[in-house]
Amino acid sequence: MPRLSNIDSEPRGNVTVESFGLADRTLRAVDLAAERGERRLFEHLHFTLSPGHLLQVSGRNGSGKTSLLRIISGLSRATHGEVFWGEERIRAVDGGTGSCLGYLGHHNALKEDLTAQENILFAVRLGGGTPNADSAISMLERLGLAGYEDLPARFLSQGQKRRVALARLLLQRRPIWILDEPYAALDVQVIDVLRHSIETHLAERGMIVITTHQAVDIDGDCHNLHLG
Amino acid sequence: MFRSLFALLRRDLTLALRRPQDALTVVGFFVVVVSLFPLGIGPDPEFLRSLAPGVLWVAALLAVMLSLERLFSDDYRDGTLEQMLLVPEPLGLLVLTKTFAHWLITGLPLVLISPLLAVQLNLRVDEIVMLMFALLLGTPILSLIGSIGAALTLGLRGGGVLIALLILPLYVPPLILGAGAVDAVMHGASAQAHLSLLGAMMVFALFATPWATAAAVRIMLD
Repeated sequence: MPRLSNIDSEPRGNVTVESFGLADRTLRAVDLAAERGERRLFEHLHFTLSPGHLLQVSGRNGSGKTSLLRIISGLSRATHGEVFWGEERIRAVDGGTGSCLGYLGHHNALKEDLTAQENILFAVRLGGGTPNADSAISMLERLGLAGYEDLPARFLSQGQKRRVALARLLLQRRPIWILDEPYAALDVQVIDVLRHSIETHLAERGMIVITTHQAVDIDGDCHNLHLG
Repeated sequence: MFRSLFALLRRDLTLALRRPQDALTVVGFFVVVVSLFPLGIGPDPEFLRSLAPGVLWVAALLAVMLSLERLFSDDYRDGTLEQMLLVPEPLGLLVLTKTFAHWLITGLPLVLISPLLAVQLNLRVDEIVMLMFALLLGTPILSLIGSIGAALTLGLRGGGVLIALLILPLYVPPLILGAGAVDAVMHGASAQAHLSLLGAMMVFALFATPWATAAAVRIMLD
């Protein structure tokens, strides 16, 4: 039932940007297996993701896409196998998985009673960063939320909340992005902004693991991993 | 590191201020439960006085328990807890910070309102002082132990009742010591032994429970 996929690609030679200081740290999955309620989702899964590359995980509903993303993020345990960030196991990275990885899951992780801006600034502070109200506001503007900064998240629509969550991810500046259905509830303009952000992130030698049902063509090194 | 913890503390307190009804219901519950006792067992002042330490302590731990379900469940529902697992700080410290915020929002108001209820139950001044002191040492223990139960019941249906079953037996030692301290003062004895044990228990809970809670959170989010 599980299909094996193997991706091994050379880092791009023509990119000189080193904004994350990653050198040649790769994200590697070694012999991963996962179960959900006694059901084997996938096994013997290997991949290596180099800086500047994107991995699109596809597969039908229930094929284990979200489980895989959660395992990569260190939120769930794999039944078998390990995920490595460089030479370290990702669950044992200095300062925790969160120091290298930004995760955008099904939930937007926004507090309904805090304003959009407060939500973002809190996330940056919690991550140990120095909050900058101006950059938060300009990021929200970029995502089409100008004028909504001071509104409690409760009053935002589903798509607007998603945008705030995106703004948070963009401001956290982590080298690896794990995006679970990031396009859900977004309108066309924001999908464009997101695609542009993804391309910039790849050009800065960041890495992205993404699941999506929509085909969005991204200019960069994209690989596909099919589960199911 | 302290910056992230402080940010979390500030966020939790801000949220509590924007939704004061959550904290107020706990205090309200405490007041109502204690006020029911004189109505139920009659107005004999001496009898009320002898019951007061136990009544106040039981009401306090029920009130704290009532508030425990919300300790992590809001963060769990909206995904904030998931993001907290990805913060480059030890989860135990984050959990401890949240528990501290929980105590500030629920435990501390109980301590502050307790003299009023103690007067209602005919306690004398030195007994009231001892009650407040014992509650000040004891309510953090209630929050700390309770955080384990709150984490273990994350995402379960009927979590509130389950927390009660898990946690109430563990509340027995602080209850005995806390009520015992006031009792000792009432009978002219020294409450030092009770307070020392209560203090020791708080220190132990302070160091041990955050890690248990953090482990429980990880398991429940797996």
